[in-house]
Amino acid sequence: MNETKIRELQGIANQLRCNVLEMIGVGKAGHWGGSSSLAETMAVLYFHTMRVDRHNPKNPERDRLLLSKGHAALIQYAALCELGYFSREELTKVKSLNGLLQGHPDLTIPGIEAVTGSLGQGLSLGVGMSLALRLDKNPARVFVIMGDGEQSEGQLWEAAMAAANFKLDNLTAFIDWNKIQATGRTDDIFSIPALDKKWSAFGWEVLTVDGHNVASIADGIEKAKAVKGKPALIVLDTIKGKGVSFAENTATYHNGMFDEAKFAQAAKELAALKEAI
Amino acid sequence: MEKKSLRMAYGEALVEEGKNNPNIVVLEADLGKSTMSCLFKEAYPERYFEMGIAEQSMATTAAGLALAGKIPFYSTFAVFAVGRAYDQIRCGIAIPEANVRICGSSCGLSDFGDGKTHQSIEDANIMCTIPNMTVLNPCDAVETRKMVKAMLTHKGPVYIRVNRNDLPVYTPLDTDYQIGKMYRIREGRDVVIFATGAMVWKSMLAADILQTSGISAEVINVSSLKPLKKEEILKYVAGKKAIVTADEATRIGGLGAAIASLIIGEVNLPFAQIAIDDQFGTSAYTYDELLERYGLTEFDIANAARKTLGR
Repeated sequence: MNETKIRELQGIANQLRCNVLEMIGVGKAGHWGGSSSLAETMAVLYFHTMRVDRHNPKNPERDRLLLSKGHAALIQYAALCELGYFSREELTKVKSLNGLLQGHPDLTIPGIEAVTGSLGQGLSLGVGMSLALRLDKNPARVFVIMGDGEQSEGQLWEAAMAAANFKLDNLTAFIDWNKIQATGRTDDIFSIPALDKKWSAFGWEVLTVDGHNVASIADGIEKAKAVKGKPALIVLDTIKGKGVSFAENTATYHNGMFDEAKFAQAAKELAALKEAI
Repeated sequence: MEKKSLRMAYGEALVEEGKNNPNIVVLEADLGKSTMSCLFKEAYPERYFEMGIAEQSMATTAAGLALAGKIPFYSTFAVFAVGRAYDQIRCGIAIPEANVRICGSSCGLSDFGDGKTHQSIEDANIMCTIPNMTVLNPCDAVETRKMVKAMLTHKGPVYIRVNRNDLPVYTPLDTDYQIGKMYRIREGRDVVIFATGAMVWKSMLAADILQTSGISAEVINVSSLKPLKKEEILKYVAGKKAIVTADEATRIGGLGAAIASLIIGEVNLPFAQIAIDDQFGTSAYTYDELLERYGLTEFDIANAARKTLGR
C-alpha cells in the first residue's frame, strides 16, 4: 500500500472518529471506547477491501460486514454515512425516536446486514451467510467483527467449530483486542488465556495486526483472504477509546458521556490529529 | 382410524419441495433420525448442514442463510428448538423477519418416555409471544405436508410444532390450506371445541361421546396458533351455547387464553379450557397414559363440554 493510500485511509479513520463524536454529542451516553478502537479497521474494510454498492445496498455480489459487537454500531454508521448510505442529518438523530439509526445494528438501516447486539451471535450469522454464498458460487466474502470481552459468549465457540467444520475460507473474523470491556480490564473481569491459541486449536488460521495501522490491517486481510480450506481470524491489537487521550485505555467511555468541556477537548484532539495526517 | 406419522410427512415434504426449490436448505442438531430431516440429507446432501449438538449455532446460522436468500428449515426437539435458542430466535430471526422455518419436533408430551427435560409444554406459548413469528400446530400428517408447502411462500419466520406419534388423519388431501385459517372438522350445534395439534384427535373422539348423550359438538382445528383471527373465532362461536378449547400445552398463555383474550367483552358464553396445569411433564410407557395423567383425554374434553352446557 502506497503512502498516499495510507494517508487517505488514516484521514478517513479520523473522520469516522469525528462522526462518532458528533453522534454521541454532549450529555448523552454513547459507545466511544469500542467504536474508536475500530476506526482504522472500518476505514480499511469499507474504503479499501470490501466491494460494496451504496446505490444498491442489497447487490448480491457485495461483501458483507457483520458487527457481532453490535454496541459499536456508531463506527459502522460513521462509515456508512461517509459512503452515502444515508444523510449526515441522521448522525445527530441516532437513537432518537424518529431517527433512522438504532441503538444497535438493525436491518432497517441501509448497509446493515443483520441484527446484532445480543453478544455472541454475529459469527453464526456469518457462518450462515458464508454457507449460502458458497452454495450460490458467489465470490462475495463475509467479515465479522467480535469484541474481546465478547469471547466469553459460548455461542462464538459453537460458531468457531462450525466455520472450521464447513471449511469456510470465504469468512474472515476479527477480534477487537482492546483489552477492556464494559466494567473493567478483560483480564480482570474474565480471564481467557491463550486466546489466539484457542482459535488455532479450533481450526482457524490466526493472524495478529496493529489495529491502528491501516497498512498492517490491509495486509492482514489480504493474507486472510489467501487462506484456503479454513476460516481466518485477525486479532486487532487496539487501544480502547483511541484518539481522545482522556478516554483511552479506560472502561469509563465504554458507554460514557461527554460533558461540554470533555466534548470540546475530544473535538480539539481529533482536529489536531487531522492536521497531523 | 388409520394413523400416520407427522414427522415422516415433514421429512418427505422437505424432500419433495426441495426437488423444485434449490433455495431450501436444512439444518439439524444430531436428531435428524427423529425429526426425519435425515430424508433430506439423503436426497440433497450438499444442502443439508449437520450443526452438531449446538442449537444456538444452528438457529443463528439458519438466520444467516435466510438473510443471504435461502429458505432454511432447522429442526430438533421442540424443547431445544425454542428453549435452547430463544434469544437467537428473537434477535437473529424474529426482529429481522428472516425467512427461517423452525421445526419443533417431538412436541408437547409426545416424547412420552424421555420425560420432563424432553417434553415441551411451553414451546408454542413462548413462540406466540415473539413479534413477527407465525406459529403452526398441525393435527395430522396431511396437514403437516400442506404446511411445509405453505411455509415456502410465507414471508417471515415460522415455527411448526410436530408430534412424535402417529395420529389419525382428519385433513382432506385435496383441499387448499392457508396459514392463519381455521378448519372445521366436524359440524355441531351446541358447543364449539377449538382444538389444536393432537387435541383435534381427542376432541373428535369427545364429540362422538357427546353425541351419545344428545349433545352436538362442533370441532374446529386451530392449526395456526398465530396469527389467530378474531373473525374466524366469532364465525364458529355464532349460535353456540358454550366454548371449549383443547391444547396440549401449559394453560398459561395457551390457546384458551389466546381465544379468550380476543373475544372477551363480545361473547358471553360458558368457557372451559382443556390444557396442562402449571407443571412439567413426566416419563410414561405410552403417550395415552400421559394424556390421561394431564387431563387431556376425550373424556376430559367431553366432561368439560357437558359442564359448560350445564348437562
